[in-house]
Amino acid sequence: MRWKRKDLLDLESLSPEEIEYILTTAASFKEVTTRQIKKVPALRGKTVVNLFYEPSTRTRISFEVAAKRLSADVINISTEGSSVKKGETLIDTGKNIEALKADIIVVRHSASGAAAMLAQHLKANVINAGDGWHEHPTQALLDIFTLKEKRGKIQGLKVSIIGDIAHSRVARSNIWGMIKLGAKVTLCAPPMLIPPAIEQTGAKVTSDLDEALKDADAINVLRMQFERDGVEAFPKSSEYFKTYGITEERLQKAKKDIIVMHPGPINRGIEMSSEVADGANSAILEQVTNGIAVRMAVLFLVTQAKNEKKHNSH
Amino acid sequence: MKKSTILIKGAKVIDPATNFDAVGDVFIQGDTISRVGNCQGCHADKIIEAKDKIVMPALVDMHVHLREPGREDKETVASGTKAALHGGVTALLAMPNTNPAIDCAKTAELLSQIIKKTAQTEVFICGAITKNREGRELSDIAGLKKNGAIALSDDGSSVDNSELMRKAFKAAKKAGLLVICHCEDKTLSQDGAVNLGFTSTRLGLKGIPKESEYKRLGRDVELAKETGARVHIAHVSCKESVEIIARAKKEKVAISAETAPHYFSLSDQAVLGFDTNAKMNPPLRGKDDVEAVKAALRQGIIDCIASDHAPHTPNEKDIEFERAAFGVIGLETELAAAITELVLPGILSWLELSKLMSYNPAKVLGINKGKLSPGAPADIIIVSPDKEWAVGKERFFSKSKNSCFLGRKLKGEVSCTIHRGEIKWSL
Repeated sequence: MRWKRKDLLDLESLSPEEIEYILTTAASFKEVTTRQIKKVPALRGKTVVNLFYEPSTRTRISFEVAAKRLSADVINISTEGSSVKKGETLIDTGKNIEALKADIIVVRHSASGAAAMLAQHLKANVINAGDGWHEHPTQALLDIFTLKEKRGKIQGLKVSIIGDIAHSRVARSNIWGMIKLGAKVTLCAPPMLIPPAIEQTGAKVTSDLDEALKDADAINVLRMQFERDGVEAFPKSSEYFKTYGITEERLQKAKKDIIVMHPGPINRGIEMSSEVADGANSAILEQVTNGIAVRMAVLFLVTQAKNEKKHNSH
Repeated sequence: MKKSTILIKGAKVIDPATNFDAVGDVFIQGDTISRVGNCQGCHADKIIEAKDKIVMPALVDMHVHLREPGREDKETVASGTKAALHGGVTALLAMPNTNPAIDCAKTAELLSQIIKKTAQTEVFICGAITKNREGRELSDIAGLKKNGAIALSDDGSSVDNSELMRKAFKAAKKAGLLVICHCEDKTLSQDGAVNLGFTSTRLGLKGIPKESEYKRLGRDVELAKETGARVHIAHVSCKESVEIIARAKKEKVAISAETAPHYFSLSDQAVLGFDTNAKMNPPLRGKDDVEAVKAALRQGIIDCIASDHAPHTPNEKDIEFERAAFGVIGLETELAAAITELVLPGILSWLELSKLMSYNPAKVLGINKGKLSPGAPADIIIVSPDKEWAVGKERFFSKSKNSCFLGRKLKGEVSCTIHRGEIKWSL
């Protein structure tokens, strides 16, 4: 197949074939990262700008490493100390970056739809590195990649996503991506943290952790943020840990080879115990490694669409 | 001086006042309709051949934000009324959420002067219910009435204090003024941006529950029942609101209601892709709500179609969705949207459409408009019913271009707008 999308904004609008194509491309880039010389010239002469309106370490570094392994030049912009603080609009900032002849803009923003808006106004390739509560497509792609690498396929796997689904872009991208590839997805959270009508995605919903763990081939545990709305039911993080925290004891009832994932950074002792995070079932550090291959694939593929007709995902 | 005369020939003529719907002619003498039906033997200065066209009363749009005074960068009385004529509207009600708000004799007089000097068509004034629309104390209702206000509304906001709203209803009744209610419980809608449901979930945006509209509507119906005030519900968007209005009407509460074209044309799915031109308040709702609104129009539960024309500059729309302003323009698309969504699919007849867009709003406002009978003011539009056109920014006379129909094709085009016997717009 030929890649047609100028931007990667979400997984909701991708076809299963497109997702598979990214995964296949990522697998070949993963091989590159195991070589002695971990660099290919695929994006030599291209400029990647990481435009981050929210603090992020791992995603930004992952994109930076990925771009550098493709031989691109990388510029990091964080909103601290930029003209964003002087009231410049997102579109103006994007246009200015484009005027500096940036080829790819990787954007992280607190507003849902920010990446889509940039993509609509710019000729540069736009990659969504997380927009509000909407989507975080590369995170889900690396989660899927990790799972597929370990199990050979996604079709038929039972995957439970546990935690604050309502405010999670990671959850939304995971739901779309996993379901498109044929996984059976269960969402587990206190009722207040389940967004309305989410079952229309095809995912099952429960507030019972044991039910979500039972029969699951993998769990993806979300970071808990207690400053959010709807978390009032858990005045103390210890309460949350008691009910929804993933512990070794809890995992006793699950499949022995259950795969434990987490997008990071982990709140140890809140959504997951240290024993689980560092235990034999944990794939958390593999996820980080795979993130580079997946992001190399995405950076590479969007540039391949450059001469095609401008394509918006919606 | 001899009055000028116009003869419109051979059109499908619609008069909602008399339920007249037949092919015929319309003869205009001066600013008045002189004859309707067979006008053979009438000699006119100007003859308009209107075979295959619809001739009906010009629209009366009872919900328009002209933005003047204060936000002349978005719209002015001059630009808004020019857009109105283009859309077939010759009488409109200007909402008071300007800067300053129209909340006293002085501000009403200021707006009157602007209207007198610059309006291209008739503009009626809606005064604020509360001072500066803050919901704290009643506005100068007597002063507003004295200087031309025919209705009261804090549109854009709801009066949260129920006791104050009761007082407002009583005062409006005493003054003989209509109260137009923007129904929204802010404790429920909060800083939501789209309809609460699968759409808000998919987009990761904060949702606005339907309860925020219909719970407040329920309160206003109770207050209307108790006080006997004449109450009109603005921009009805959901099924539950329709049900409450239907019940109130059955109980003979003096209540009327309007909806806007976007609520019967688009569901909240139009927001997918984060189109800020699909962001308005109340928000676009679910498909079943769209169907409920259409059914309510057909059954007469909703009395009027009004545009809720809400112009905004690109600065307020081309930004992150959650920060973008609520509202869309509508004066120049409302008729075509209604023809496309309601008349051509057979939901409404032309007569029913004319009632919803001309006759009923005029009746609710108590103005002598919306008729095509001999003796009525010659406010008439000629419409090409099947003419398809693409909605594009370049077509708008409004200063703002924030239409939710951009890029769509609509059917039905106003080819001529006559106001008081004068051709004010023609293709």
